[in-house]
Amino acid sequence: MSMLSGKTAIAGIGATEFSKDSGRSELQLAAESVLAALNDAGLTPADVDGLVTYTMEKNPETEVARALGMGNITYFGRVNFGGGAPGAVVLQAAMAVATGVADVVVCYRAFNERSGRRFGAGVQDRGTEPSAENAGYAWYTPHGIVTPAQWAAMTARRYMHDSGATTEALGAVAVAARRHAATNPKAWFYERPITLADHAESRWIAEPLRLLDCCQESDGGQALVIVSAERARDLPQKPAIIKAAAQGIAAPTAMMTAYYGDDIGHLEEMTLVADQLWADAQLSPADIPTAIIYDHFTPYVLMQLESFGFCGRGEAKDFVRDGNVELGGRLPINTHGGQLGEAYIHGMNGVAEGVRQIRGTAVNQVANVENTVVTGGAGVPTSGLILGADG
Amino acid sequence: MSQDEHPGLTREQLDPFAGKSCGPSRQSRDPIAPSDIRSWIDAIGDTNPIYVDDDASMATGRSSVIAPPAMLQVWSMAGLGGTSKSTTQDPRKELFALLDDAGFTSVVATNCEQEYLGDAVPGDWITTSEVIESVSDVKDTGLGRGHFITTVMSFTASPDPLGDGELIGRQRWRLFRFAPKNRGSGGQAGGDSDRPPRPRPAINRDNAFFFEGTLAGELRIQKCDSCGTLRHPPSPACGACQSFDWSTVAMSGRGTIHSFVVNHHPQVPAFDYPLVVALVDLEEGVRFVAEMPDTDREDVAIGLPVEVRYRKQEDDLVMPHFVLAEGSSQ
Repeated sequence: MSMLSGKTAIAGIGATEFSKDSGRSELQLAAESVLAALNDAGLTPADVDGLVTYTMEKNPETEVARALGMGNITYFGRVNFGGGAPGAVVLQAAMAVATGVADVVVCYRAFNERSGRRFGAGVQDRGTEPSAENAGYAWYTPHGIVTPAQWAAMTARRYMHDSGATTEALGAVAVAARRHAATNPKAWFYERPITLADHAESRWIAEPLRLLDCCQESDGGQALVIVSAERARDLPQKPAIIKAAAQGIAAPTAMMTAYYGDDIGHLEEMTLVADQLWADAQLSPADIPTAIIYDHFTPYVLMQLESFGFCGRGEAKDFVRDGNVELGGRLPINTHGGQLGEAYIHGMNGVAEGVRQIRGTAVNQVANVENTVVTGGAGVPTSGLILGADG
Repeated sequence: MSQDEHPGLTREQLDPFAGKSCGPSRQSRDPIAPSDIRSWIDAIGDTNPIYVDDDASMATGRSSVIAPPAMLQVWSMAGLGGTSKSTTQDPRKELFALLDDAGFTSVVATNCEQEYLGDAVPGDWITTSEVIESVSDVKDTGLGRGHFITTVMSFTASPDPLGDGELIGRQRWRLFRFAPKNRGSGGQAGGDSDRPPRPRPAINRDNAFFFEGTLAGELRIQKCDSCGTLRHPPSPACGACQSFDWSTVAMSGRGTIHSFVVNHHPQVPAFDYPLVVALVDLEEGVRFVAEMPDTDREDVAIGLPVEVRYRKQEDDLVMPHFVLAEGSSQ
């Protein structure tokens, strides 16, 4: 068990609006969301001494600090592997705070990912600089699998073959997300729910993935403020205690193309994260009334439910049936609408929803949420959190 | 398709163009200057001293430095933003209009031959004239159906801008005016000149052996010299025993489909869609991803046997792909 459990808390969350065309720079989105998170926490830029973000983030710590007039920054670090990072940036911030390296650490992620460079377009260039990272793409992009959806579809097909999950099971995940987004005014798909039939009729992107199996591309920014649990108790918001934070790379893990293990539909890195989280927080699936499950592609939600033991291996297809992952079900997931319904901010908006569920302020609030799970991107080196109420 | 759509122009239509001058001759804007020569040889990297050193040039029997022969066409070019006066009197305009109307709207330069007959020296004025040499009968090529047009430029040099020059060289220039083949049929081989190239693998010290193998028609996979474990994707060391010693073995190219995707969107112009890409369990025990460009999506299923094939993608690059094995079901 790590020494971190319960020592730190998320004391502030802040975001821009989520859109398809923000009309302003990515740096402005970062600055706006960081300032909003600090305001939410009752702190100012001058209080910040740590900054953590993703290696994919294009807004340098120096520029964010300068934009908001921060003073001395004593800790800054970045986490690799795209959407796998939301729990990991919180882990880094929590470690910095718990060890006294920094007192107020802000995690941020901001981009114009729809109006600017679209991740969905994938890797179409001929980048031949002979780095190990580029060489890794040599086995995929020359064959025409160049996008995240295409990489994910390979794993999804095998998972569906092995588990018997059908398109209806994927649809149940999409329907739940869009139902929750429909009642969240911040969600892009506010007031636009879908049916299982809508899902099944949506066009192919990369078989077996349809359009409504794929998350959005979004413009927006999201920031989080991490302080010690002790300090959080003196700040205006109800603290979301970081009961556990963990990362995972397992033997077969790769960046979207973990095709070479014995069972490619079993996310070993997510199981590694889940095992750490349960042990550190001393909790089990029965203690979790709602969860944020990273939903870039619907089949990976099914796989993650199995990784965390919310259901048995191969049983997620049954678990998600009959509204079981919607409000009122056994485990409502992605109550903000997820990345399918609210916005794709690389999982950071999911962490914010986890905080709101602990605070009791979510638009789709689940009753009596003492603890919640938040996961990072699946099918990549990843991370996760268990957030909980104080005391 | 193109034979019916594009029967081609007749000899009666084409023969009148042969021998026609492409407009008035064109003179260089300035006489040849040593500084122009030096700029050009610096850019090209030509270190022959006879272009800059009188003694070196005299040692070859000449009387002074000469201009590089390969600069033949440089002197009388119109320059950046320059316009050619020839358009008003150029019979090629009429020829190209005929070809456009016949459906041969695309153009590619196919070859350029230069012939050097004499030296040009600093101070010379260069005059260029161009004649249509021939227009071919209609031809079917990898690009499509069309006509080849050959022109010949003649270059003369004279120290006097008004004087008759001495013939110093000729340039034969060939264009192909064509109707492109339809995309989607056999376009994967990269034969379409207007199709952007595919993503190219980044080749480095760890994976170069694989692409050397495909050039030789083999699917080579790394094998640890110490413990014999096969590994793919390549790695400099063996995860099973930490040995950095390895060699490669050629796979049989046979395997079964472990999983597959069918790509529909987004459509990268370099590929045809829907595109099947398979993850294959090779019979030697490693897994490998490659496309199945010739396979219909309805015919693919997990567990079906496949065999590797190879296709030249670029001059120095051969890529593997899979086809369904003979006698496989469905």
